[in-house]
Order: sequence, then C-alpha cells, then structure tokens
Amino acid sequence: MAEPLDDYINAVSKALALPVEEAWRPAVRANLEVSLRLARLVDEFALPDETEPAPLFTA
Amino acid sequence: MTTKPEMTASDIASAVAGGKMSAIDATEAALARIKRHDTIFNSFTDVTAERARARALAIDADIAAGRKVGPLAGVPFAVKNLFDVAGLATRAGSKINRDLAPAKRDATLIERMEAAGAVLVGALNMGEYAYDFTGENVHDGPSRNPHDTTRMTGGSSGGSGSAVGGALVPIALGSDTNGSIRVPASFCGVFGLKPTYGRLSRARSFPFVASLDHLGPFARSVIDLALAYDAMQGPDADDAACTTRGVEPVLPLLGESIAGLRVAIAGGHFQTNVFPEAVEAVGRVAKALGATQVVDVPEASRARAAAYVITTTEGASLHLDRLRKRPNDFDPAVRDRLIAGAMVPAPLVDRAQKFRRWYRAQLAEIFKSVDVLLAPATPCTAPKLGQVNFNLDGVELPVRANIGIHTQPISFIGLPVVAVPVPLEPLPIGVQIIAAPWREDVALRVAYALEQMGVVSAPSPKGI
Repeated sequence: MAEPLDDYINAVSKALALPVEEAWRPAVRANLEVSLRLARLVDEFALPDETEPAPLFTA
Repeated sequence: MTTKPEMTASDIASAVAGGKMSAIDATEAALARIKRHDTIFNSFTDVTAERARARALAIDADIAAGRKVGPLAGVPFAVKNLFDVAGLATRAGSKINRDLAPAKRDATLIERMEAAGAVLVGALNMGEYAYDFTGENVHDGPSRNPHDTTRMTGGSSGGSGSAVGGALVPIALGSDTNGSIRVPASFCGVFGLKPTYGRLSRARSFPFVASLDHLGPFARSVIDLALAYDAMQGPDADDAACTTRGVEPVLPLLGESIAGLRVAIAGGHFQTNVFPEAVEAVGRVAKALGATQVVDVPEASRARAAAYVITTTEGASLHLDRLRKRPNDFDPAVRDRLIAGAMVPAPLVDRAQKFRRWYRAQLAEIFKSVDVLLAPATPCTAPKLGQVNFNLDGVELPVRANIGIHTQPISFIGLPVVAVPVPLEPLPIGVQIIAAPWREDVALRVAYALEQMGVVSAPSPKGI
C-alpha cells in the first residue's frame, strides 16, 4: 500500500530530476517525515510579518 | 630533547624557539606516533610527511640564522579532510570528491597556522560531507575513540577529536555546523573552540551549510586553543561571511580574573534528554564557578528544529547535482537524508531563517544580564561504534538524532563556545561554555580558570 508521502516524493523527484530508487524510498520517506515534522514546529510559531530572515543581502 | 606524547603546543613552541628542541625532531616524533598508533585510531586519511619535514627544516634554518619564528614554531597539527591541502583532493569524507583535482592552494587557516610556525602533518577522517555526529565513515572506516577504541569519536570532525585525544598531535582543526567540533571534543576528552559565526575564515574549505558553517581548533589545553585561535583570526575577502573585525588576541587575557563574570546554567531544553554523566559534568563546572542561577533559553527546541531544516535543505542544495549523477557513491544514510532535504518546501526554510533572527534577539536579551551560559556538549559519553539507540529513563532514543541536541540551538545563532572536557571515569564528557557573540575571550578565560582549578582537563589516552 502506498504511504501518504509517496505521491509527493514521486512528484518532487520528477520535478527536480532527482532519482529515488525503490530500495531507498523507505529511508527517504522516513527522513522527509522527520524534516517536515521539525519544519512544522517552526511553521506553527507565529512571527511578525516584518521579520527579516537571518541572512541579509547587502548590495 | 625528545617529545613526550602529551607535550602541549605551547611546550613544543617554547622548546623549539629556545633551541632546546628542533622542529624536525618535533615533527618526526609526531609522524612516529601517527605511524604507531593510527592503525588503531584511524584518525588520519593522509599523512603529509615530506611536506612536514620540509617545513620543519625551514623553521630550523630560520632559527639557526637568527630569524624570528612564530608562536607555534615547530608545532605539528592536522586538519579535517574538508580543508584544502595543496596537492590533495579535498575529499570531505566522501568517495565522490576523491575524483576532484588536487587543491592548488591551502585553506586560509592552514596558511595562517603555518605562518605562525606550525607544521601540517596530515588530513583527518570525518563523517561524509560533515553530515554526521558519530565520526563513522563508510568509505574510510570509523575514527576510534582514544579512551575506548570500541566507541565513537563523535563527529563529524571525528579524526580531529581522535588525533588530539590520542595525543598524536597537540592541535587539530575541524568544522562545526551543528556541533561537529563540540561533539567529538566531548567524546574524546579534549578542548574545542567553535568561534562566533564569521570569526574565522572558511576560505578553501569544502562547505556543508553556508548559513551555519564554522571552523575552529581542538587542543589538549586552553593555552594551545588560544594560541591556534589567535594565529587564525583576521578578515579574509575569500570568505563572504568572514568578519571585517581585526585580530583580537585572547592569549594575553587568559589569566584575567573571572570573578566579575555572571555565569548561569542553561535550563529547559538543555536539562532534558541528558544522562547522569552530563548532569554530573555540568554540575561540577557550575559548582567550581559558583553558578546557581538557571536561565531558561526560550524556544531552544524549536531552534534545534529550525537548524535541522536549514541544514538538510542547504545541504541538499549543495549536493543536488551529485545526488542526480552519483547517488550510489554516497553513504546511503547521507544520501537519503539529503534527498529528503531537497523535498522540503521553500516557505518552511524561509520561516526557519526568520525564526533564527527572532531567536537571536532572545539570546541577545539574556546576554544583557549574563556573561556565560553552561550547557552539556553531549547528552552522554561516547556510545559504542555502530550503536543505534540509547535508553534514557526507560525510553529508547535514536543515537544519531540526539547526539547534537544541545549543540544545535547554540551554533544556530553563531554564538562562541568552548567545549571543555570533564575527566569523568571511565569516559570524559564535555560542557559548553557559551558566550555572547564576539566574546570568545570570555569563554576562553572561563575555560582557562576551570583548567587551573583542575576541574577540566584532557585525560591521557588509554590506548597509548
């Protein structure tokens, strides 16, 4: 049975021309689940709209 | 005069400058130690013996001719193999990079160490592309802990920790993106300095995460750490992130009293997921410094999460083409993490960088009333090589994901840290002495005071 992230992995893999062999898929999926869980932790923290990202470009 | 295995850089430089020892003897002694012991430690991937001998003989010629030599005259040192060394392909722990053309010029920090008289004797093992906390490398084998060779060195600067902890060289250089100097310093029982982000040039070193990459030294004493740090400071137009601040020497300040410094213990996140040995180590250091105040660092767990997101995505960006063309030549664990990193949506990365600025402001507020924060460098002493989980209070936790939980929220905003070794038995463990940005002097003064009190020291390697 396909895992919930598999369609997403297939689509990004195609869009980036980044190969994901079937043997790697469980580990890629597990890592992506961790990355997205941690990213959600950051995402759910409300920041003012004016917040600048840490790296500022100086012309 | 022959060199003892644990002669400090300071001892060697004094002896060489004073004519009591030749630079070539100091170099040959280091090469002999490497030859004898590194078959076990596996800390070196390249030994630059001929280059080292030529450099040492040139120093001896300078001394014989009465020319002035630098403060590191004749001191052998080695570098993590992501530093460019002229004539070597900069492998950065990988199989793929071995196909690169040999570097034409040394990394800036090597040039500065050698300008101060130090002698490069080789390049050191590391986790592939620095995406590692264990010191294990699938291509070169693991570097081994000098206090128990069945255990991890920590990573990714594993060879740096092992070579200094094993007293093969008194100074090594490494890199720290999320903890890769502080973790091996902790497991291998040595001092490590992760300076302020932007303090030391990264020019001609192989990158990992441009937003978070730092370079810094390992040593067996605080004086040696300061000697190396002072020699490497200064602006460098070849690294866009390098400060324009001038050299701010720390060595002359080390002995200054720390009586007026306000020292606090980092609470919250930094007191969770810790084994008893980490609690003991922080407790000993805090007691020696008279620190009782516990300061909560707000949102440190989220800071760690944001550091993780920036790391995996910037790392993926760096390696995207190699992931397309040579995926089977990566360590599979590194490859699968990087591929996943390439799939994280961009807005989440942007939010992590915005959160970074918010979090920086919180810490700046704390440093208005505190000069130093204390925190564990690692949650535990060195795990066994290949160990997958550890058990904390009855809960099984993955080792790799948790080794750096206390270092990541600090490097995330580039604060300077000295990792100091507390010589517990049977294994040492490190404590982070964390200061405000650009105040390496404060962290190093505190580390020196602790060393003078006998609270922290680099234990002798048990394998020699």
